Amino acid sequence: MSSKLTLTVSLAVLATMAAAAILAPVLAPFPPNEMVHAAFDAPGVGGVLGADGLGRDMLSRILYATRYTFVATLIATTLACMIGVSLAIIAGLSKGWADIIIGRAVDILMSIPQIIFALIILAIAGVSLTTLILTMAVLQSSTYYRVTRPIAGDLAAMEYVEVGRLRGERLHWYLFKEILPNMVPSLLAQFGLGLSSAALFISSLSFLGIGIQPPAADLGGLVRENALALSTGRLTPLIPAFCIALFCLSVNGIVDWLVGRFSDKPDVK
Amino acid sequence: MTLFANSPVKSFVVARVASGLVSIFFISFLVFLGTSMLPGDAANALLGQNATPETVLALRTELGLDQPLPVRYFHWLGNALHGDFGTSLSNAQPVINLLVPRLINSLILAFSAAAIVLPLAVGIGLLAAINRGKALDTATGSISAIFLSMPSFLIGYLLVFIFAVKLGLFPPLSMVRSSASLPTWISALTLPVLTLVLVAQAHVMKLTRAAVLGVMSSDYILMAETKGIPRNRIILKHALPNALSPIVSICMITMAYLIVDVVVIEAVFNYPGMGKLMVDAVAYRDIPMVLACGVLFSTIFISLNFTADLLAMLVNPRQRLPRKGN
Repeated sequence: MSSKLTLTVSLAVLATMAAAAILAPVLAPFPPNEMVHAAFDAPGVGGVLGADGLGRDMLSRILYATRYTFVATLIATTLACMIGVSLAIIAGLSKGWADIIIGRAVDILMSIPQIIFALIILAIAGVSLTTLILTMAVLQSSTYYRVTRPIAGDLAAMEYVEVGRLRGERLHWYLFKEILPNMVPSLLAQFGLGLSSAALFISSLSFLGIGIQPPAADLGGLVRENALALSTGRLTPLIPAFCIALFCLSVNGIVDWLVGRFSDKPDVK
Repeated sequence: MTLFANSPVKSFVVARVASGLVSIFFISFLVFLGTSMLPGDAANALLGQNATPETVLALRTELGLDQPLPVRYFHWLGNALHGDFGTSLSNAQPVINLLVPRLINSLILAFSAAAIVLPLAVGIGLLAAINRGKALDTATGSISAIFLSMPSFLIGYLLVFIFAVKLGLFPPLSMVRSSASLPTWISALTLPVLTLVLVAQAHVMKLTRAAVLGVMSSDYILMAETKGIPRNRIILKHALPNALSPIVSICMITMAYLIVDVVVIEAVFNYPGMGKLMVDAVAYRDIPMVLACGVLFSTIFISLNFTADLLAMLVNPRQRLPRKGN
């Protein structure tokens, strides 16, 4: 019962945030990068949520930041999923040297702390949104590989798949009819977890100043810009960070529901 | 052949040390490859405004930059093994001199947090497992779900807001010098350590609970239950010894993550640790510094993960002995 409630609330929160991200240009009362108020205007005085240190409207900036965070998170997670699953299928079906090489590469990738790896790549390639998204996609693809590789291997060894192979069925037959549909339940849960960890990861890098570059800012970047204003005793600088937390909490709520739904064990709480 | 020669422990150690070394080689070589593709090199960067074709050429020869990439890589590697990581591009000082004090600061931060969070969170995880499905379990589960969804800088800034801005108990920034007095150190460390504790406790608690419950679902626990042994006794005498192996490994893995989590926390508090050093180096594209920090972070992370698996193996007698037959 309560998991149904969690699901409803989570979906509602996500839908609201997605609407805010998509409709940011319509909803934002001011252009996000223009100085429309006096610096550090209090909430209610200059704009609904006040102004930042340069007099830009906080609400407008948060709406646009949500957009950046959403887009970067979605693209990175989708790419990661596609890379990871493709590698898993290649490794699972070939089972030769390709399997060994991919497996070792994933082991190496997973043995290095992700944020350190990202910092090194961004130092070399320079800080840009594209680099950030690609780096994240590669880093996170290892988890999808780990989840789907055993499934691909098991399925490829199934007798009916072998029969299909002998019968001369094409690759896409067992790929789309057998392997991918069987991966969906575990992939969905992993995709949800990936979304929340990608959102946290992008936000952390932007917070460190090596994500999306000014004047544009995602939710983590907004916290970095406005953190000093905390000393005035206002919590508004932390609103973007609360948005990230809300996003992750909702996504995790949906994942919990999914896991409960697809799990065969009756005693999962 | 002695028994130990065949023992899984030995082959495990050999395999893991080898794969750890491969990872570290990989990361360092990756940086090398990347830097070699950059327009301009360390010679340009060091000379800055004074760069003329002649001086750049001279410095390139002096730094060995005219050598082929593999030669330069093994040269760097040889020096690194002796603690020589080259010269910082933004500071013109040997990287190692800048690195060591920062590393010590980061270790102080991470170990203080670990000393608090490990006993605390393992305890809470155990209590949650004992009271599975009851109010305590639900409450700790929900709280950890909330903490797991929060970016670590949010936790840090909330603590700053409450304890530094509103209550004025601790400084909002932790820019300590190593010569500072002990009370200054403690007051500067309190908030960053508390942040790390909150960040890590949810993970440790959740994993401990899962480990204990995993053991609780085995047949011999069912046997003990049917014999009528009280539940608390089953958990402490029957389940805990067998859950020890995963718990030990959870603790070490947490240490590994704490070492990396400091990157964000140090930025929140302006704490002079290695994470802050690395982030600043990335911003200035001080490649020798980034490389040294990256290799050091990865080495610590990989060693702690290795220790986690090794300890888990040593604690569990079934994994320690060679398997008979199959």
